[in-house]
Amino acid sequence: MDDLYRDNILDHFTNPRNRGLLENPDIEFADDNPLCGDHLHFTMKVDENDRVVEVGWEGQGCAISQASASMMSEHIIGKTLDEIRGMTKRDVLDLLGIELGAVRIKCALLSLKVIKAGAYGLDGLPGDEEI
Amino acid sequence: MCSSEIQSPLDAEAIRADFPVLGREARPGVPLVYLDNAATSQKPRPVIEAIEHFYSHYNANVHRGIHALSEEATIAYEGARDKIAAFINASSRKEVIFTRGTTEGINLVASTWGRANIGPGDVILTTQMEHHSNLVPWQLLAQEKGAELRFIPATQEGELDLSGLDDLLDGPVKIVAVMHVSNVLGTINPIKQIIDKAHQAGAVVLIDGAQSVPHMPIDVQELGMDFLAFSGHKMLGPTGIGVLYGRRELLEEMPPYMGGGDMIRRVELSHSEWNELPWKFEAGTPNIAGGIGLGVAVEYLSRIGMEKILAHEQELTAYALERLSEVPGLKVYGPPAEKKCGVASFCIEGLHPHDMAQLLDAEGVAVRAGHHCAQPLHMVLGAPATTRASFYLYNLPGEVDALIEAIYKAKARFSL
Repeated sequence: MDDLYRDNILDHFTNPRNRGLLENPDIEFADDNPLCGDHLHFTMKVDENDRVVEVGWEGQGCAISQASASMMSEHIIGKTLDEIRGMTKRDVLDLLGIELGAVRIKCALLSLKVIKAGAYGLDGLPGDEEI
Repeated sequence: MCSSEIQSPLDAEAIRADFPVLGREARPGVPLVYLDNAATSQKPRPVIEAIEHFYSHYNANVHRGIHALSEEATIAYEGARDKIAAFINASSRKEVIFTRGTTEGINLVASTWGRANIGPGDVILTTQMEHHSNLVPWQLLAQEKGAELRFIPATQEGELDLSGLDDLLDGPVKIVAVMHVSNVLGTINPIKQIIDKAHQAGAVVLIDGAQSVPHMPIDVQELGMDFLAFSGHKMLGPTGIGVLYGRRELLEEMPPYMGGGDMIRRVELSHSEWNELPWKFEAGTPNIAGGIGLGVAVEYLSRIGMEKILAHEQELTAYALERLSEVPGLKVYGPPAEKKCGVASFCIEGLHPHDMAQLLDAEGVAVRAGHHCAQPLHMVLGAPATTRASFYLYNLPGEVDALIEAIYKAKARFSL
């Protein structure tokens, strides 16, 4: 159990990176995890090659969802929108460095869901796409 | 106060021996402390055995088979209905309709009574405190019919504010739908007062009894509600079975819910005549084993006594609230213990309820975290989520101590 609250996760939870929304972002998306009330709002700026140059986010929720958002905000800087669209659940779990059960994984994946939806520029993920 | 000073009218230790699950460990070496009873209760051996006995000795469909097994099954299933009618003091077994649970019971009323009686501009009055199951069906009905939804407000202390009830009941209010006991806070709402006022205003009253019928004596004739919905699995019975009580005059007038076998008297190609109560509302093969199991659960509860169960839970709740209030930085939600039944919900700044629940689980303590299907109430409380410990007849004061100890460990993990 202590595994779940490893130091890197508690560190990102208590000292979140890239917190604060950007003004005039190129991409913006927010979503909730209705099961536990986690909320994430991401803003991003991209350059002429659709590469993410700046990320800012706000949110509230459990340590897993917020640490995941903080780690993702660092991870996607420098990535193209195409690369972000190709990201998977595995990428998030590798960033967190833990495995999660069926319930808590939704907390971890909210950041991916929001960032991918933003990258697709849609109100949500296309169809039944499995993230 | 310490846990050894708690005076309970129940011998909870002896009761625990009837519940096989309570004998297990959460995981090897970690005792189970089950405090998630508002989500679902554990099942005593007589209920488990009744279900097994049905499937291994007289499994058959009810109401139609002309053979020994079917007859036995029908007697047991309909016998369960009689036990439940007596448990809530219904005036007739025809007023006890088996459903899948509270949610289906409320949807049944909204779909049948509601569609037949609610029109454009009519008012449906409910509260800010409701479980989503007593809110969303009314939203759907209001949208369909162009009706107005009104809400009795909840206070930040977690009680209903009835000061404006007369104004809320003014106008074409057709139905008042209120929960008896809050699933989030344990608040016992003054439903007798609400029922009487609503009836004076000419409205029909539905009570969500999911968190009250399992925990306290309920007399539907004394309280006078028109409908009462509750779930079997929260009162020692199996999942997938529940009850809708309805006053007979209303049930007789209502159109059926689902169409199919068992709910008809006579079928022609172009039209049908409905079966008599209660089967008019029970289309298809019912949950026979579930009904039989719920009948045994009700017998078990009656044997112990609902007054004693309520008193035991209130003792535990008072003790839990006292211990929780000693934890630095912890906020308890809802009214004081004497206005509550079996629930303690709380938050600690800087420790999200999901993380709290996970860390409590590491110590074997099972609680629920989240908005507990009551998002509007959490907006009033100003908390997106809470951690909820909920008690039942088999919980012990020592389990409250285990909860408190685990909370301190969780705080330490988060350096709080």
